[in-house]
Amino acid sequence: MVEESGIRVVRCGGNKISFRAPIISKDSRFLLCASGDLVKVFSTSTEECVHVLEGHTGQVTGVILNPTNHLQVYSCSADGTIRLWDFIDGILIKIFVCGWPIFSIYVSEKHVGIAFITIHMESKKHGENFQLVALHLPKVPEQEVEAREMSAVLCNISSNPGSTAMGRGGEYVASVMGRQLTVYFFKKLKTYRFSLKATDKKGAKNAFTCVACHPKDDCIATGHEDGKIRLWRNFNQKKEYTYSTQHWHHDAVGTLCFTTEGMHLLSGGVESVLVQWHCEEVNKKDFLPRLGGAISHICVSPDGQMYSTSHLDNKINIIHCSLKLSAVIQGLVKGNIWTDLMIDPRTRALVMNGRPGHLQFYSLQQDKQLYSLDIVQQEYINQEGLDQFEVMRAAFSVGGTWLATVEERGRCTSDLESSLKLWVYNEKAQSFELNTTITAAHQDRIMHMCFSPSTETTMLVTTAWDNQFKVWLLGLDSDTQKEHASWSCDYVGSYHGLQPTNCCFSSDGSLLAVSFKEVVTIWSSDTWELLTTLCQPPGPIRELCFGRLSCSKYLLGTTAKNLFCWNLLTCSLEWSTPMDVCLLRSDPLSENVVAFSLHSGNTDLFVFRPSEPRPLFTQKAVCGGKVQRCVFSPREEPLDSCDERFQWLNRSRLYFLTELMELLTFSTKAEDERILNSRKQLLVDDSVAVTPFYLLLGKHRQQQEEKQNSGVSQAADRVQPPQASVAIKELLHTPAHVLPAASFLCSMFVNSLLISNTGSREGKEPAEQVEESEKEEDDSEEEMETHDYEQEVRTQGSVEEAPPLLSKAEEKELRRVRKTDFSWVTNLASS
Amino acid sequence: MASFKPVKVQTIPKLGERVTEDTLYWKNYKAPVQIKEFAAVTKIEFSPLPPHNYVVTASTRIQVYGPHSLEPVRTFTRFHDAAYGGSFRGDGKLLVAGSEEGLIRLFDTGGRVALRQFTGHSKAVHVTSFLSDGYRVLSGSDDLSSRVWDVASGTELNSYTEHTDYIRAAAASKLNPDLYVTGSYDHTVKLFDVRVGGSVMTMQHGHPVESVLLYPSEALLVSTGGRYVKVWDLLKGGQQLVSLKNHHKTVTCACLSTTDNKLLTGSLDRHVKVYNSSYKVVHNFDYATSILSLAVAPDDKVIAVGMTNGVLSVRHRKHTEEKQEVLGKRRRNPAYRVFIKGKNYVPKQDDFLVSKTVKQHLQKHDRQLKCFQVSKALDTALEIWRRFHKPEVTVAVMTELNRRGTLKNALAGRDEQSLTTLLNFLIKYVLTLLNVALMIRLGDSPVIERLLQRLMELLGREAELQQELLQVLGILDTLFASLTPRKEVTGPAVPPIMQGSQLQAA
Repeated sequence: MVEESGIRVVRCGGNKISFRAPIISKDSRFLLCASGDLVKVFSTSTEECVHVLEGHTGQVTGVILNPTNHLQVYSCSADGTIRLWDFIDGILIKIFVCGWPIFSIYVSEKHVGIAFITIHMESKKHGENFQLVALHLPKVPEQEVEAREMSAVLCNISSNPGSTAMGRGGEYVASVMGRQLTVYFFKKLKTYRFSLKATDKKGAKNAFTCVACHPKDDCIATGHEDGKIRLWRNFNQKKEYTYSTQHWHHDAVGTLCFTTEGMHLLSGGVESVLVQWHCEEVNKKDFLPRLGGAISHICVSPDGQMYSTSHLDNKINIIHCSLKLSAVIQGLVKGNIWTDLMIDPRTRALVMNGRPGHLQFYSLQQDKQLYSLDIVQQEYINQEGLDQFEVMRAAFSVGGTWLATVEERGRCTSDLESSLKLWVYNEKAQSFELNTTITAAHQDRIMHMCFSPSTETTMLVTTAWDNQFKVWLLGLDSDTQKEHASWSCDYVGSYHGLQPTNCCFSSDGSLLAVSFKEVVTIWSSDTWELLTTLCQPPGPIRELCFGRLSCSKYLLGTTAKNLFCWNLLTCSLEWSTPMDVCLLRSDPLSENVVAFSLHSGNTDLFVFRPSEPRPLFTQKAVCGGKVQRCVFSPREEPLDSCDERFQWLNRSRLYFLTELMELLTFSTKAEDERILNSRKQLLVDDSVAVTPFYLLLGKHRQQQEEKQNSGVSQAADRVQPPQASVAIKELLHTPAHVLPAASFLCSMFVNSLLISNTGSREGKEPAEQVEESEKEEDDSEEEMETHDYEQEVRTQGSVEEAPPLLSKAEEKELRRVRKTDFSWVTNLASS
Repeated sequence: MASFKPVKVQTIPKLGERVTEDTLYWKNYKAPVQIKEFAAVTKIEFSPLPPHNYVVTASTRIQVYGPHSLEPVRTFTRFHDAAYGGSFRGDGKLLVAGSEEGLIRLFDTGGRVALRQFTGHSKAVHVTSFLSDGYRVLSGSDDLSSRVWDVASGTELNSYTEHTDYIRAAAASKLNPDLYVTGSYDHTVKLFDVRVGGSVMTMQHGHPVESVLLYPSEALLVSTGGRYVKVWDLLKGGQQLVSLKNHHKTVTCACLSTTDNKLLTGSLDRHVKVYNSSYKVVHNFDYATSILSLAVAPDDKVIAVGMTNGVLSVRHRKHTEEKQEVLGKRRRNPAYRVFIKGKNYVPKQDDFLVSKTVKQHLQKHDRQLKCFQVSKALDTALEIWRRFHKPEVTVAVMTELNRRGTLKNALAGRDEQSLTTLLNFLIKYVLTLLNVALMIRLGDSPVIERLLQRLMELLGREAELQQELLQVLGILDTLFASLTPRKEVTGPAVPPIMQGSQLQAA
């Protein structure tokens, strides 16, 4: 969707990382997972993303370690390519072009140079049937290779990668589909099929859901829809096969996995409990409960030290083999979003529904979940079809001190349980704490709520389906003599028994606009007097929003057909346009208002000021389908875009959520370049986990290395490696019996450690020094190497304190202070 | 791995009086001791000197009680008709009292016979008091005059007839021997200065004045009469500071406590109210009949209240030592250092740290819910102790079971006894605590049926009540709307509509 204009829509914020099973590297230090069209490499100890393997143009559908080289990884994608990567360095080694969309990939040690992939049956796309084919990966030196040589292994299999497994080092492959288990032996070239009856005695559902093969033994484990696990043996005979049944899961078994040595079988499902079955003692099992959402994948590291479980709520747990949780990699949870998209004014994190009953605080800058706030504070029961409390509405006060949430239960049935909770930010604990709970704040569902932006009073307005809007006020009750203030209802308002839909405060908090069907009522927030009503039939008001800053006298409202703008000074309609606006938001930092309008299946974007009916910026077909939510997020540093059309993006960014739950934003050209530059800088040594300390230290070391390699011409100016290292070397490498007494050496040793300011450079002219120091100003990145000069510069600065030179001396002094703590680091690094 | 979240027990905030420092202070009195007098107790006064004996005027007798004795220390019975206004001199040695016949008698607290007898009033003398020099006595009478008498000579020094109705209240200044205040049924309070020879200040109370009281600083004056208690600022020339209307019958008496100068007023509505310094009622004492007189001992140790039926009710303050004894008897817990043993050990550099997982402590029902043992959890919640002392826990467990959709499972296969317990619990708390729709399927048994019948009746009654409440609410709304059309109207608190519990009896 790139336009020539230099603005483009980009996807942002966490792809699904639990789409396919991740893999753990052989040394258990890295975890690789498919995430959208990327492969992400995480450190298992620090949970940080170390590398992003970019290159695929479609959804990555499988990641697997190269069986011949454990530092390489194959990834397959829906774009029809298999790519081989060196994940330690993040380098693309080879591309095998297959041509068909690939749905999963399997390899084994016995079949060198062959990858088993799942593709569509026949050549036609969008078919329901899939087949497993063996793809020969040609050995040619070119990077991009056509790989067309393939032979079918199994037909009519499921596209789910968990329903096919390679067994016992690649001797056979097992696949399940429906109620049938298919095993194919490569040596004998024979296929065995085992079917289960449609219904068991107790009406259990027998369909297979997943399969796993024992790595050392001829044993296949299959999971079933009714929660049973069957262990199959003797399946190399048509008739005399046997199986034993285990049953713990109450719902379908989601995934199965044997540990590396085959001692344990791991299983998981909707219950979100990792079950470890002991293969030797059948009835013994261990549990790790309450891991998060439903478990979709389990994987085991090659050395058996780590397990990882992928969950449907976009989370990967890394578990030590003693069933202890060691790390959590959490992506953006995209479940059902009922709340608005919000920006936490404190952390600037995106806030929306997260795990069930939680609000997630997601940092858009770091693409990482900051934390998840438990709103409901009840045990979540992992059971399908259970009606549980969900966070339906949330709102932040202007400074971010207060958070109001509404949770509801019983939406489908008649008896609705809801409660309004008010949370206060605790500076000490650095998190929100519950202040007031109001059960059944309204008799029906709360539709909308907003805080007053005025700084004097803390006020919340809620509108609900019970034809009332209520004003809640924070008050210190003088009678109760309680230490902390709590919220109470201050005013209940209604208008002709109509149902209120939206409410909105003016930017100074003096006016409250509440829309009742077709009528907009304006209330004074001091006296709760109905000031005026605005009505523009036909059609109920959908969205309501006040203008900001210089446009604060305007009130915007949308109906299904029109967009209205009222002037509140004259209480009359300023302008209106026929337009189906589905979403309207105002930028808190500027006068701009953004409107999304659905037009023939696509959503168009309009940015305008209420004072001018002509839009500042329009873009047709921003995305397909309806835009669900949007929010303006203030930028950390304003952009200085010269183009007038994009100035609305200078102060804040616009994020919006589409029907497909994709979080999108606008990016300008300048921004893209900046990101590209920063990415180049951030290329770091991959053997070390990325920590802030590493970034500090590693950057400078890298620069030093670069310098050493480049430019012998600079060698004269360059600092020699500190003499300390030479002296120490000398000291350490001389045999002890030749050395003089320690007391004699001591002073020399200590001297060698000191940074000399009267060293070899003493004879140089002061003028030259000034020149050199000026050179330093130019290339500030060389600061590390020139610390010897600075010492001299300092002495010089202290000697001549002539008024014209003072400012320069001060500058040098400042720079010296800035540099001194790095100098010892360099010392350490080089010695 | 998130830890198990225990069931949230919803506590309902307690309505009614809140516990404050003041309530704690004023509640710290023993149960009252009742002493029966012959007739209505019209006046009680404490001696300003220890041991703070108090003089009680009732009928024809004036009796002096010791602070702890139930029998009078001394009785003066020289009156032929009702005596009024028995009052101590500042040193507690002399006692003065008026009477119905118009005589004023002066007694020595040690003796029995009247030392002096002041005659001159033509009608009943209801108030008498010593002026602060101790040599003069003031009196207020029904003959509309207030007079000052000399103790030594027994002669009348001054007489003022400025009031136009009975004088029923008087208070002498403690700082100036020449000043006193009188309150009369002519609705006025007058401040007299003997040096000037007349009243220097007049305050309109608006109701017949029953008692007047000067603050120790004598900047503030309290007058009671009608339902009102009024406080006047004397330094501002008798400006009204505050008017209190907390009683719903005539306020007959007022006095000050020693600590913090809290104002206490007694009324015919049988209450004694305690006000704080900003004149808000902080505590309330209830008595059996209308109160005529009230006094607090100088160290707040005793509150004596006289009532119309002749009962003198004396409350003694609880000793603080008693509490300390209770504290001392408590078993001593292990010392603090036992608990922190080894916990303040700082690991050394080479130490291998083995972190100990902190075990989450769970209630029994939570443990069972954690293991999905729903039936057992319900049993636990219905245990006798929990049922009676923590019914909210039981309700919380039931709500949780309902949320989990396992209430039916938990109730399945119960015998008659456990169902009876459950239903009895429901009957007891269905109106106060429960607001959850419970679907119950039960086996048949006559006992259970009867209980269910009761439950149904109860719910029907509650539904009717709710309907009536809604009607009242509607009436109130219209009233509010018509009264204050354009003013701040706080919406009346809507009672939580109970979602009628549905029951299904098989």
